[in-house]
Amino acid sequence: MRRWLPFEWIAAIRFLLEGRMQSLFIVAGVTIGVGVIVFMSAMLESMTSNMMRRILNSQPHISMVPPDEVARPLRDGDPALNLGTVQRRTQRTRSIDQWQAVRVDLERNPEITHVAPVVTGSALASRGVASRSVNVIGIEPERYFAIIDLPGAVVDGQPRLAPEDVVLGTDLAKELGVEVGDKVRFTAATGTMMTLTISGLFDLGHRFTNLRNVYVALRTGQALLGLIGGSTSIEVTVDDVYAAEDVAQVLQATTGVGADSWIKTNAQFFNVMNIQSISNTTIRLLVGLSVAFGIASVLIVSVVQRSKEIGILRAMGASRGQMLRVFLIQGGVLGLIGSIFGSSLGLVAIWGFHAIARNPDGSEFFPLIIDWWLPVTAAIMATATGVVAAVTPALRAARLDPVVAIRG
Amino acid sequence: MADPVLVLDQVKKSYAVGTAVEVEVLHGLDLRLEQGEFVALIGPSGSGKSTLLNLIGLLDRPTSGRLVLHGEDTTTLDDAELTRLRGRAIGFVFQYHYLISAFTAVENVAMPMLLDRGFPTDAMFARADELLAQFHLSQWRDQPVAQLSGGQQQRVAIARALAMNPALVLADEPTGNLDTRSADRAFDLMREINEVHRTTFLVVTHDPRLARRCDRIVELIDGRFTADRPNVAVREEAV
Repeated sequence: MRRWLPFEWIAAIRFLLEGRMQSLFIVAGVTIGVGVIVFMSAMLESMTSNMMRRILNSQPHISMVPPDEVARPLRDGDPALNLGTVQRRTQRTRSIDQWQAVRVDLERNPEITHVAPVVTGSALASRGVASRSVNVIGIEPERYFAIIDLPGAVVDGQPRLAPEDVVLGTDLAKELGVEVGDKVRFTAATGTMMTLTISGLFDLGHRFTNLRNVYVALRTGQALLGLIGGSTSIEVTVDDVYAAEDVAQVLQATTGVGADSWIKTNAQFFNVMNIQSISNTTIRLLVGLSVAFGIASVLIVSVVQRSKEIGILRAMGASRGQMLRVFLIQGGVLGLIGSIFGSSLGLVAIWGFHAIARNPDGSEFFPLIIDWWLPVTAAIMATATGVVAAVTPALRAARLDPVVAIRG
Repeated sequence: MADPVLVLDQVKKSYAVGTAVEVEVLHGLDLRLEQGEFVALIGPSGSGKSTLLNLIGLLDRPTSGRLVLHGEDTTTLDDAELTRLRGRAIGFVFQYHYLISAFTAVENVAMPMLLDRGFPTDAMFARADELLAQFHLSQWRDQPVAQLSGGQQQRVAIARALAMNPALVLADEPTGNLDTRSADRAFDLMREINEVHRTTFLVVTHDPRLARRCDRIVELIDGRFTADRPNVAVREEAV
């Protein structure tokens, strides 16, 4: 008997050890429950952060764009004249009004970490007889690269953007049959034509982007798209990616410029994520409940089995509080031990899954991201669940009348 | 003479108080136990012996009357104080030894001290070992109690009842479940403790053979003491 352990702990542990089979089964139950939760959470966490990383790799958190142009009927409100239809305006490519001032405002905003003006528009990239429509993005490299890690995605050449340079995607290069150092001709819708040299090829992990996006220097873009001195959008990153939509709303209201957050442009993704997180929470709750009921039922049986011993302990001077704690501790210990095994099981399972479930070419489905707080949280939650589950049995033990217990 | 160990003053006990089926089981009992007495409580089944024992053992409260243990009026104490006093002043020996099966012999003997102190100390185990030696149980010290024989278990239970040096030991049919030899041995031990340490014993028994070996016999019939006499035979033997 350990000298420093209080009576409650000694009795709780002895009782658990004595009821070996019961303890073993319920620990197995808790292990499976916690294992499922840990496995599921780790999997979801990995998938979500992986998907989010992919999205945010090729997208700014917020894009400031010129507000849509709307047709304003001149005779609107004249009761004498009914306008049958009002034709929608076409949205031509145009610059943000006063974008330099807007940019200064943005840079002052404490929630915003990076600001990069860009100019975008469509053009035709051609080489020989091959031509593809592309989305030309004119950027200031040092600012833009802080938002989107294009240099990190460059697989060939350099992410260098001198006035005559262009960086394009691997898929486009394949279709045009070009390599680094080759020249490609770009024709804008306005008819402006430019021949640029490929300085680098990127792979942003997204075929559409690799095919469509073409990066040039800001001034080159402005010249090609016929927007000298203009900027069609200002890309912004914020501190808290999940607050992007709120920040966007505020920016739109204060600057008068349109602001689209990545949350809005990826509404589908967020819907899926929400549904997943709701179902995950539901499953956690239900698994937690079944674990709690399991622990409670085992302890209730234990209280009934030991009612004579509890009675004699009470007769020998054990207080109600001591008996209460003996059973609360048992619940907590069952939860804790189960969660230790369960977390290990869950983590081993996710590693195993990650190792076995692979793409046909042997590359991983998704990079494994394990939050090391997960097992700690699981342990705390399972212990708390065990203690809460033990409340009913423990109260029963504490309220046991020794006279009745000993006689019965 | 020192204070009496126990004084009952017009102790009554009723069940289902305040209902139509209220029953009075004990009708105003008076009793005085002096230190060092070895008293047998006899009476037929249903006479209220167990009820009385529960009251004296502070496991239950009288409906009216006073119960003074060691000079302390227990009727004024709250539940927690009763529990503490019970642990320190009273030792229980039951017919079915009721050892705690998850613990070894020495741990069972140390249990009342452990409950009182809250955590184990070396002194507790020294005391428990001393009792085990006195009861010739040292060699089973570290055995789980379930592996001991009935007689050994009852001796462990008696040792446990004495662990806190209680003023009063209550024994409810302590030998009722043992063969004659084991019963004698257990009873001898209690008498020995009584003589050496002047511990007061109150023994409920159906066994006339045991009753005859007590100093004083109190008879309870239908909730009233019908006889309370010194056991002359024992006194003469002692002389």
